[in-house]
Amino acid sequence: MSDPTGARTILPAGDGPSRTPAKGARMAAPGSTRPGTERRPGPGRRSPGSTTTQAAPTGRTGAARLLLGRDAVMIYLLLVVVFYACIVVPRFASPVTVGFLLLDVIPTLLIALPMTLVIISGEIDLSVASIAGLTSALMGVLWQAGTPIALVLVICVLAGLVAGAFNGVLIAYLGLPSLAVTIGTLALFRGLALVVIGDNAVANFPPGLTAFFTSKLGGTGIPTVMVGVVVLIVAFAVVLHFTPFGRGLFALGYSKEAATFVGIDVAQSKFLLYLATGTVSALAGIYWTLRYSSARSDNASGLELAVIAAVLLGGVSIFGGKGSIPGVLAGVLLIGTINYALKLDRVSEVVLIIVTGSLLILSVVAPTIPTALRRARHARRVRSAPLS
Amino acid sequence: MTHLDGPGSGATDPIDPARTPVLSLRGALKTFGPVVALADGTVELRAGEIHALVGENGAGKSTLVKILAGVHQPDAGEFVVAGEPVSFRTVADSKAAGISVIYQEPTLFPDLSVAENIFIGRQPTGRFGLISRVEMRRRAEELFDQLGVPIDPDRVAEGLSIADQQIIEIAKAISLDARILVMDEPTAALSGIEVERLFAVARRLRDAGSGILFISHRFDEVFGLCDRITVMRDGAYIATHETAATSVEAIVREMVGRDIDALFPKTETEAGDVVLRVSGLTRPGVFHDIDFEVRAGEIVALSGLVGAGRTEVARAVFGIDRYESGTVEMSGEALRRKDPRAAIDAGIGFVPEDRRKQGLVMELSVERNAALTLRHSLARFGLISRKAEREAAETWGRRLQVKSGSPEHAVSTLSGGNQQKVVLAKWLATDPKLLIIDEPTRGIDVGTKSEVHRLISELAGRGIAILMISSELPEVLGMADRVLVMREGRITGRLDRSEATSETIMHAATASLESSR
Amino acid sequence: MSLDSRSAAPVQPAAHPKPSPLGSFLKLRELPVILALVVLVAVTAAVNPLFLSQQGIKDLLLNATILMILAVGQTLVIITRNIDLSVGSILGLVAFGTGSVFVAAPELPIILVFLIGIAFGAVLGAVNGLLITIAKVPALVITLGTLYIFRGINNAWAGGTQYFAGERPDAFGNLSVDTVLGFPVITLIAVVVVAVVAVYMLGTRPGRDLYAIGSEPEAAKLFGIPVARRVLLAFVVNGALAGLAGILYASRFNSVGATTGTGLELDVVAAAVVGGVAIFGGSGTVVGAAIGALLLTTITSALTALRVDKFWQQAIVGILILAAVVIDRLAGARAARKLRIAEARNV
Repeated sequence: MSDPTGARTILPAGDGPSRTPAKGARMAAPGSTRPGTERRPGPGRRSPGSTTTQAAPTGRTGAARLLLGRDAVMIYLLLVVVFYACIVVPRFASPVTVGFLLLDVIPTLLIALPMTLVIISGEIDLSVASIAGLTSALMGVLWQAGTPIALVLVICVLAGLVAGAFNGVLIAYLGLPSLAVTIGTLALFRGLALVVIGDNAVANFPPGLTAFFTSKLGGTGIPTVMVGVVVLIVAFAVVLHFTPFGRGLFALGYSKEAATFVGIDVAQSKFLLYLATGTVSALAGIYWTLRYSSARSDNASGLELAVIAAVLLGGVSIFGGKGSIPGVLAGVLLIGTINYALKLDRVSEVVLIIVTGSLLILSVVAPTIPTALRRARHARRVRSAPLS
Repeated sequence: MTHLDGPGSGATDPIDPARTPVLSLRGALKTFGPVVALADGTVELRAGEIHALVGENGAGKSTLVKILAGVHQPDAGEFVVAGEPVSFRTVADSKAAGISVIYQEPTLFPDLSVAENIFIGRQPTGRFGLISRVEMRRRAEELFDQLGVPIDPDRVAEGLSIADQQIIEIAKAISLDARILVMDEPTAALSGIEVERLFAVARRLRDAGSGILFISHRFDEVFGLCDRITVMRDGAYIATHETAATSVEAIVREMVGRDIDALFPKTETEAGDVVLRVSGLTRPGVFHDIDFEVRAGEIVALSGLVGAGRTEVARAVFGIDRYESGTVEMSGEALRRKDPRAAIDAGIGFVPEDRRKQGLVMELSVERNAALTLRHSLARFGLISRKAEREAAETWGRRLQVKSGSPEHAVSTLSGGNQQKVVLAKWLATDPKLLIIDEPTRGIDVGTKSEVHRLISELAGRGIAILMISSELPEVLGMADRVLVMREGRITGRLDRSEATSETIMHAATASLESSR
Repeated sequence: MSLDSRSAAPVQPAAHPKPSPLGSFLKLRELPVILALVVLVAVTAAVNPLFLSQQGIKDLLLNATILMILAVGQTLVIITRNIDLSVGSILGLVAFGTGSVFVAAPELPIILVFLIGIAFGAVLGAVNGLLITIAKVPALVITLGTLYIFRGINNAWAGGTQYFAGERPDAFGNLSVDTVLGFPVITLIAVVVVAVVAVYMLGTRPGRDLYAIGSEPEAAKLFGIPVARRVLLAFVVNGALAGLAGILYASRFNSVGATTGTGLELDVVAAAVVGGVAIFGGSGTVVGAAIGALLLTTITSALTALRVDKFWQQAIVGILILAAVVIDRLAGARAARKLRIAEARNV
């Protein structure tokens, strides 16, 4: 009745974007023109197409991806800033700088680790700073009540774990929106910190301990506690990038449905992530308390937004699915370095805040510019095409 | 203008010069990157007719509908509405030209009231230019009275059945005085009485002079309702016929465009032991008393109309959804409810219907996707090496001849057929005993379709039990050893390969087909 | 086999009783927050009658005013499935700007100062809105960025400077002191704002569009609602209201400086959530959000009046927010169950 010619077979012939004449000819064989010519797998078949090189439509591969990716750009940027600061800012290039810079960024750095995982999984946690404040308050009160310091530390970490579990149950198992829940627990945990310690401040922690927390590794200027921080960084990087659990996080950040279909337990994964944020926030609270020798209810307040800003700047997508620990490290250190360099240079904090905010906006807006331009060009082309 | 010069030389096309088309689209082209979704979108709709648009999945009907709706802008082609050449930039343009589109899945605002859903953006206003809720409610009630349906205009749209949502969409179109109504598979989720109600409304609108473009997979509806039929295949126009002058067989031949038998390289295999046994599976309101088994090396097709509950049964078997009662056994062992991980460990693989949302993580790379099912078995001391991941992905990618620029590219850059191969590859890598394949060739071009079919056949030949859900009758007839037909949540037919014909299957799938013959 | 069970279902008569006033009241999303407020006030007043003295009420209202206005603006944005974290910074900038305007031009009519402040806020809101709608990037990230940028500009501008109430005309400060029928003037301004925005959201097409956008963004696009324009509008209005709040802040409080309004953003979002605004858009009302703000600020005074340890206040606020989220989910679960039953009946 009709005459289905080969020319009408226009859907992509399974060959990806580039269509060479050879492939077109290949596809004609099983096409509709010759019914009955069944294609049989045989020894004379072409080599698999998966290894042939074709014009890459998106993304780069191999070394190019490592050297030109988002993470790499962040790291280059960090190096440039460090280098520039060393030359231009007096007294920047010294072990003292390394020491204070790192001491300052450790709380952000710590919390940024689990936060990265949480945001990659498509959720958020605004209560981290309040958990840190709560542990700090607990520490002060327990220590003042004469509890042995080791026990104090254990209780504080457990408190963080419990706080994280509370978030986790509400979000992962009851399915409540994490943004709203953690705004609530932000107030709740900070409130509990106030309940615990009121407006007192406890400062008389064992001098040995507080000294340890500000001590340096020999003459390098690197704080001793960085050893522990590095262990955590490696642990989180390994979990995110080299374990089945990490693979699952990326998948579920992009598509909960698709993740469910490959047997990923979405609720359990999220619950574990909130346990991690709770626990690490507690560690940050302990660090904060001992570093400044002061347990107060308002310790680390407002830190949540700084952490999230650093994580997003480090290339983690707020929609989930995208991001890496190296990128986030670069993001945290970039903000920390600019901060410290400006302080040394006696530039007011003002500029820093503006730089942080601008970087953050630029980091999300910049990638959309090429797409927008392409779309605009396409639209022009289409409009000029004959359509009447 | 009055003659459609499609390649269908035998198309009967007597044109009544008095009836000029209210809408005419010719040679519309639409590409998405490398994918040509529509090569020759051509349709001509007259005032006062119901015009069917038929074609297989992936024939380009939806793209054509979206062009009419102003959602997509064609890259080339000629588009005339009411004698005026048009070029819609937005949905609002299309609406202003008198076109109303009703999608298969209604697009209502769940938080707004029913009345507001009908009148959003043009709510009747009263004093001080403010929206008059009383008036809005009155008009909505009028519309529902006219349609003869009992829907409370004040309730929120959330929680309405699909049928009611569909009715609201139609009420919206009527209230817009749309001269052109496009219905994209409106009956897919409707029951018999609801379909009748919908058709009565459609006929009334036609008699009042509207042009209705009706897209459907149900031939009884097409032949019972429509005046003319336009056939599309592979993104292109094939022919337009007067309904009275053609037959189901002729239309099907044009839709498929090939000799079906040649396309299904079915290899005969001996069915082995029972792999999957489902008994008494029930989820009230969704499916009831589902009993069946699938043996090693056997292809069992689950057939029936869209919305009959086939996918829901498959999802319950795989542990995605809950079920209230009944059991699912793999090789004699009962499976835990709602635990996909347990199903995977027991040897089930699931190739879902919606490849883009469920089958693949589109933004992840080919190798990551292919290795997702293997993430636990690939790990050594809890760690995955990229090398092992890539090797696992490449092994199956090569065997299935997945064509991608690089295994590191996102799967979204692949063609539909190659994406489907990646989904198959990731399950085959787990060495499954049972593969559930929901709509194996949806949205896949003709060339790759036969490749997928050959693959499924080969897998069965190797002793894998296959449960295939398919809405395409030729596929079911060509591939299946046994056919289970579902209707309204129950199995209404069990047919052996020898008994299965399009008639017997359609008979079990629809009661209405029989009455229309 | 040929029996179609569905076609046998009888068609229900098309009679829908007009919803009774009581019925619709019971279905209100704002009901929980209203009840909570009433119970809180009643219990507190019973224990401590001074709580509802004229001065007591006046203090309650004064404390709530600024948060109410901010919550109303934020609600507009949240309803469209966006969020604006920069409101605290906008408020700070405008508050300091108001202080400097009065210092630079003490003779300027107060009404003009209001207009300048509101316009300033609207411009800042437009910056947010344009970045979000043009670049199509998430509001959370953009407004987190502008939170810092606006605050930084405020710091740069103010430095160590603070302006005190004494540097502003008495008439301006009196807005927070004088009362009309027992209501402080700035509270009346807030009430007018709530009323106007409520009517706009309830009774105009653009207002309803905002709900539609948040309820189902894809459908809104398919339907031809000018999504970008409406979202931009929401951000501009929110900015303008944050500007208004900034001016009132300058009237109500003694000093404005570089850190004015820091940390307010999460309180504002919390007020909206407590007031029954769904965090993912589509439902909730500005009246609810305003009552939410009133409830949050009242708790502080009530706990003081009840002699509850003041340190408990914030924890209670947290519990309140969580309760609001849970209640919202329970309501959603009820709707989902209804849906399942409806579908079951249909099969």
